[in-house]
Amino acid sequence: MAPGFFAAALLVLRKDLAIEAKSREIVYTTLFFAVACVMIFSFAFVKEEGVPVDNAAAGILWIAVAFSGTLALGRTFERERYSETLRALLLAPAGRPAIYMGKLLGMLLMMAATEVVLTPMVAFFFHAPLFARPLLLVALLALGTIGFAAVGTLFAAMLVRTRTRDVLLPILLYPVTIPVIIAGVRGTAALLQSPPEEPVATLWIGLLTAFDVVFITLALWTFEPLMTE
Amino acid sequence: MKKIFVPLTILTAGMFVAAPIMIGMADLESTMLLVQKIFYFHFATWMAMTTAIVVCGLASAIYLFKGSKLADWYAVASAEVVVIFGVFGLFSGSLWGRKAWGVWWQWDARVTMATMIVMVFLGYLMVRKYGGPGSEKLAAAMGIFGAATSPFVYKSVDWWRTIHPQTTVMKTLGEKWPGAWLLVLFCSFAFVFLTVLLLAARVRLEQMRSELDHMYLAAED
Amino acid sequence: MLALVLNVFFALQQQPTIPEGFVPVTGAPASEQIPAAPLVIASYAFFLLLMVFYLWTIWRRIGKVESEMQALERRQSDKR
Repeated sequence: MAPGFFAAALLVLRKDLAIEAKSREIVYTTLFFAVACVMIFSFAFVKEEGVPVDNAAAGILWIAVAFSGTLALGRTFERERYSETLRALLLAPAGRPAIYMGKLLGMLLMMAATEVVLTPMVAFFFHAPLFARPLLLVALLALGTIGFAAVGTLFAAMLVRTRTRDVLLPILLYPVTIPVIIAGVRGTAALLQSPPEEPVATLWIGLLTAFDVVFITLALWTFEPLMTE
Repeated sequence: MKKIFVPLTILTAGMFVAAPIMIGMADLESTMLLVQKIFYFHFATWMAMTTAIVVCGLASAIYLFKGSKLADWYAVASAEVVVIFGVFGLFSGSLWGRKAWGVWWQWDARVTMATMIVMVFLGYLMVRKYGGPGSEKLAAAMGIFGAATSPFVYKSVDWWRTIHPQTTVMKTLGEKWPGAWLLVLFCSFAFVFLTVLLLAARVRLEQMRSELDHMYLAAED
Repeated sequence: MLALVLNVFFALQQQPTIPEGFVPVTGAPASEQIPAAPLVIASYAFFLLLMVFYLWTIWRRIGKVESEMQALERRQSDKR
């Protein structure tokens, strides 16, 4: 009997986690890349006296999230393509949208792990009071990551069979997720003010929620015809 | 389509000849004076671009779910039109901003979002060109997502107060300055008619390419 | 007293005037620092340029397809 939607999604997630747990290749390389990103930004955005530029932390955090997220997306689906497991996955008696959801959940866990390391790092290197309102920050990061990963998982999956997938993924993904990134950066920047501008941050959180709903709905709706030849 | 093509072309051509004359004769605006006249085409081009975005979104969805080739042709045609009119919108806005705001570029809400939309549909065209076989479907996904984010472009100016004129400007223009309102409406219609004509021409190209493919296949038999 | 007046004067100067709507005026404009005419003309000229360019690309591509069609037809009639 075919598993239900969430059951199927969780099966896909468990499979991915099991594979990743063995080598931890994607986790470690993505984390290291994110850290390298932040280091490069610290050279670019620190003024001569060694003091970081004001409010740079918000932008740097989200750029590092976006870049490392794109890398993780590429690597995850490259693995599927290499082992030719994607076709097997699509042939499985689970609904296609459930496969998308499973992949999305895996990507969310991956990006969450990266952000857990990145956020304190950015706060530390850029003297940024990111944790002044921790709940709002977590909400911003979570909702922003969901929006980015929702579009990213769809695009990475649909590009799997394309020869130029590595360069096309950023070209397609970044413009569409610009609103998400802007909302995340603006909301985080609001939290960095003294005192933190909570209503502004809440406004951006509301906007991110709207984006997430739209993007996930669209992705679930279009995943099936996009993955069919 | 074929029957109204010639009359529509004549009408549109007439409108585009009349428009600069009317714009030249229009009153000057109190604070921005002469440079505000860029507005008539600047606003109209966004109307045309929005029309093209809607067409692209719908056509992409129809192509993705129904496999209609005609829908795919309309999708690629409207994506090109979005980019062309979007670029003009950004360019004219930049010229206007140079005078009105003092700078060639400003990262305000609507400018940022408009740039983003143009980039999304440029991405559409890129994936069609470099995506290899089956790229029409991938592009259709871009078209759908691009069309879905465009309402946020419109509303972004209200949430994100910057120096760009807000949406209330257009809503009250009819009462405050009916002359400008009518002229803007006229230009908008001219641009939308132009969009229809451009789409027809571009779709014709795709249609001919398809005929050529059929001829090649028939020749091989 | 004078300092207060000066302060208020400068504070008023620095307020950005965000236009709430368009307001028409008739008559000749005051002298402007950045001449607007080249900007307006450039804007409309660029539009014309863009349209001509786009229509030309469509024309060129249709021409290519047509010539290929003709070549194919010629080959077909040669065969028969």
